[in-house]
Amino acid sequence: MRFETTIGLEIHVELSTASKMFCGCSALFGGEPNTHTCPGCLGHPGSLPVTNRQAVAYGIMLALALNCEIAPRSIFHRKNYFYPDMPKNYQISQYDVPLSSGGSLEIDMGDYIRRVGITRVHLEEDTGKSIHVGESGRIHGADFSLEDFNRAGIPLAEIVTEPHLKSPEEARVFLQSLRSIIIYLGISDCKMEEGSLRCDANISISADERIGTKVEVKNMNSFKSLYRALVFEEERQRSLLQEGKTIVQETRHWDESNGVAIPMRTKEEAFDYRYFPEPDLVPLELDPTWVEEIRKKIPELPAAKLERFQSQYSLPQDVAMVLVGEEEMADFFERSADSKASPVEIGKWMVGDISAILNEKGISIKEAPISPQMLGELVLLLEERTISSKMAKEVLLEVFETGKSPRSIVEEKNLLQITDEKELEKIIDEVMAENSKAVDDFRSGKEQALKFLIGNVMKKTRGKANPSLVSDMVRRKLSS
Amino acid sequence: MDFKNKLIRKSALELAKLIATGELSAEEVTSAFLERIEEAEPRLHAFINLFPDFAFEEVSRMEARFQKDGENTPFAGVPVAVKDDLSTKELLTTCGSKMLENFVPVYDATVVKKVKDAGVVLLGKTNMDEFAAGSSTETSYFGPTMNPWDTSRVPGGSSGGSAAAVASYEVPWAIGSDTGGSIRQPASFCGIVGMKPTYGLVSRYGLTAFASSLDQVGPMARNVKDCAAMLGVIAGHDSLDGTSIQVEIPGYSGMLGGNVKGVKVGVVKELAGESIEAGVLDLFNRSLDLLEGLGACVEEVSLPSLKYALSVYSIIASAEASSNLARYDGVRYGFRTDEPVEDVWEMYAKTRAEGFGMEVKRRIMLGTYVLSAGHYDQYYSKAQMIRTLIAEDFSSAWEKCDLLVSPTSPTTAFQLGEKLVDPLKMYMADMCTIPVNLAGIPAISIPCGLSDGLPVGFQIMGPPLGELKVLDVAYAMEGAIGFEEKTAEKVLPS
Amino acid sequence: MAISEEEVEHIAKLSAFFLSDEEKKVFAKQLSEVLDCADVISEVDTSNVKPTSYITNLVNVLREDEVKPSLSIEEVMKNAPHVYEGVFKVPRII
Ligand SMILES: [Mg+2]
Ligand SMILES: [Zn+2]
Repeated sequence: MRFETTIGLEIHVELSTASKMFCGCSALFGGEPNTHTCPGCLGHPGSLPVTNRQAVAYGIMLALALNCEIAPRSIFHRKNYFYPDMPKNYQISQYDVPLSSGGSLEIDMGDYIRRVGITRVHLEEDTGKSIHVGESGRIHGADFSLEDFNRAGIPLAEIVTEPHLKSPEEARVFLQSLRSIIIYLGISDCKMEEGSLRCDANISISADERIGTKVEVKNMNSFKSLYRALVFEEERQRSLLQEGKTIVQETRHWDESNGVAIPMRTKEEAFDYRYFPEPDLVPLELDPTWVEEIRKKIPELPAAKLERFQSQYSLPQDVAMVLVGEEEMADFFERSADSKASPVEIGKWMVGDISAILNEKGISIKEAPISPQMLGELVLLLEERTISSKMAKEVLLEVFETGKSPRSIVEEKNLLQITDEKELEKIIDEVMAENSKAVDDFRSGKEQALKFLIGNVMKKTRGKANPSLVSDMVRRKLSS
Repeated sequence: MDFKNKLIRKSALELAKLIATGELSAEEVTSAFLERIEEAEPRLHAFINLFPDFAFEEVSRMEARFQKDGENTPFAGVPVAVKDDLSTKELLTTCGSKMLENFVPVYDATVVKKVKDAGVVLLGKTNMDEFAAGSSTETSYFGPTMNPWDTSRVPGGSSGGSAAAVASYEVPWAIGSDTGGSIRQPASFCGIVGMKPTYGLVSRYGLTAFASSLDQVGPMARNVKDCAAMLGVIAGHDSLDGTSIQVEIPGYSGMLGGNVKGVKVGVVKELAGESIEAGVLDLFNRSLDLLEGLGACVEEVSLPSLKYALSVYSIIASAEASSNLARYDGVRYGFRTDEPVEDVWEMYAKTRAEGFGMEVKRRIMLGTYVLSAGHYDQYYSKAQMIRTLIAEDFSSAWEKCDLLVSPTSPTTAFQLGEKLVDPLKMYMADMCTIPVNLAGIPAISIPCGLSDGLPVGFQIMGPPLGELKVLDVAYAMEGAIGFEEKTAEKVLPS
Repeated sequence: MAISEEEVEHIAKLSAFFLSDEEKKVFAKQLSEVLDCADVISEVDTSNVKPTSYITNLVNVLREDEVKPSLSIEEVMKNAPHVYEGVFKVPRII
């Protein structure tokens, strides 16, 4: 059988406004349960929603970044269903007249580009959170639940893709690219572990041209779990089809610890959300000049930046990709590349030693004591042959320890590379005198002895000598 | 006794003046009305909860404030009653439902805040149909309110408590809410003045929603000037209500001149025909003569789409209500079943089964049905389109007429229990008032006489934000009719 | 247009309340009557008519993104029917 996988994603992003979507409560994550709530967040009688301008602006920005068309008029609907984390038992959400539609995002899969259609980007409010109390700590087998409405009403942008993704790997890359764009836009922190980026997937497998049955998978809370859940589901459906069995259209819940997607128990009646226009909120008829203002605020996005980094700085693609993947890294790089040092070298240091140190310390480049100027200085010292690359590594560690500039560290510790040939010659003469056996060995053809001599010169200079210069000079002396 | 009688019969504006000049103290006014309430309540049941202690505290607070900034409290010391669907901080707000029997709000509705700021003293919260679903105040969980003209009859509804309290001199004025006639129809049944303002003129923040696109808070009083004065207090833009309109509020009560000359008045054919009770129609027609006598040009106009208003209303109002009433689930506040439950779904089902009365359930069911899969287009969407046609009918009427008129209700107050068993008949009681809510326009009901000893209401409708025009003609008619002077002794004699 | 008791039951489920058998009967009858009456709207030609969801012509009512004080936890929990360690408590969800 010939199988083809089709995946569509539905992504919810919490927008990092100061206040909630429809009230003035703080939209910050966390806090003691129910301390960020008001009559609106609690669905008290008579409370009314009023839309947050910033949330709309962020929604527009995201939609534009995903090449969507902004609707000249959009409205909010009520999505009616009962759930204890929903204070009004309806969610205010955009339904058939959303903020934007018809966009696309191209993702780079290494050897090919996949263009993924964006069906729509719309705005809605988040729900509260149920805390399940009982031995299991989960919804199944809980004795009772507690309701925290701090999250209720935080603005969400919902991004719905067309079913254009062809593999779990494409889905993962898509979500990563999207996250990177959102972080560039500065409209969400996209922390999957805190739920500010959430992803549901629809996946179907067609066999021999027959159209597959769509299964929805929910509750993936990391890129890895999105990938694993889709691989699991792809395998499950494929083997069912191979056995000639049919696939049930259903919603499955990804259980990360057991690595399985289990069917969610559905209530007897199918969901009937009874959408209707929210009478408490008048329509949005966005002023095109406002939309244009927002468009102008969109920073250079990862794809454009990647291209530019390669052409402007001649960065190798892999280096550029790592740098662009995190806006802070890219910014740091550019500011550092402003110095006289070679951008390619700076890039290499960033994706190499610096990333390693950051990883080890578990901090971001922003939190690190090194500044872009310091890195430029370090690379320049290296390029001027003032220090050796081995020394540079030591200096870098010292920068992370002390926050001092590389030049001052080098000066303080007297690490300046000895490039003065006269001074070197003196030391080389000393070493050759002390190691006459080695000198003889080399002259009798033992190439090995050269290294020994160079090593001793380096030792004597405590590594401050320029190794290639030393090598040249020793060779010259030996053959004279 | 005689003095007190005189005091409680004064209008709100008169009381304000007497208190401001020091001829009456706010305490004695408050006491006089509380005494009247004590006397009348056993026969009326206009209030669900009274707050005498709070009222006296408010009076002292207000007096302290008054000494500081006298001019900012124009109605200092004048008592008011507020319908129990308006949120009052720290004071029980039940909406006439078991669901909220013990509910104590944590905030004041904007309207309540404005009333307090004006120095008006809240005495209590008035009875109403449960969650405003009704036209007779009989569906209240706390029992019905009686009509002060005949206690075997209903006061109308859903703001029946506010209407009865004003009519029986328990308070000089009151606040109600109107979704399909809930201020005007009880005003008509109780022989007082009641106004539904333009949608968006008065903030809905803190008004327990029944049908959000139709609900509007409004004033109720015994005369047009008081009604206008209260409108002046409560109207105005509110940033907490996203449907609130930004408009300059004129000092309505000070601008009434009673000038009717040359005003073009259209009699709405569809609301003044055979469905109107003979006695009501007769008084209505006599009022038209009177209007003409005052110099108005009266002609008949037709708004053909009004034929569908009742159906459109029942679909839209119940749809919105089904969603608005979903929040009463026993999780965050309000009633929760005491029965054992397996899970949260059973808790919901039992809580809502026990907490809601039949009429509320009936409307939730209807609303859920018309919104549910497969019925939305046939009912909800269609009704919204016909709502457009109705609004358009009104728009074209304003090209020919300054104002439109009709009886407020097709009947006078009916007997308690008479229509409770038949929802369809009950819904008919609002046939003349409903189109106004669908179109979002202002309308007033003023008493125009007695039919078989029961008050009849005359409805004047105006274009959007035409409050002043509506009030001015009402003021002129009131002067010519002299209803209160003629009938005051007949209402709930002690 | 008659509404069956099964339909009534389905609608009651969506509305999240139990109905007694007696209530089911009454509602089936009454809802049928009300809908029969409402069916008169089907005779109206509404092609080319836009629905009215909002009766004012307001658009773009937006507030600035400013944090306002939330309620105190005492106020939040003041009306709570069931509380566990200071948080709203509900029976298990599944
Ligand atoms: Mg959503
Ligand atoms: Zn809030």
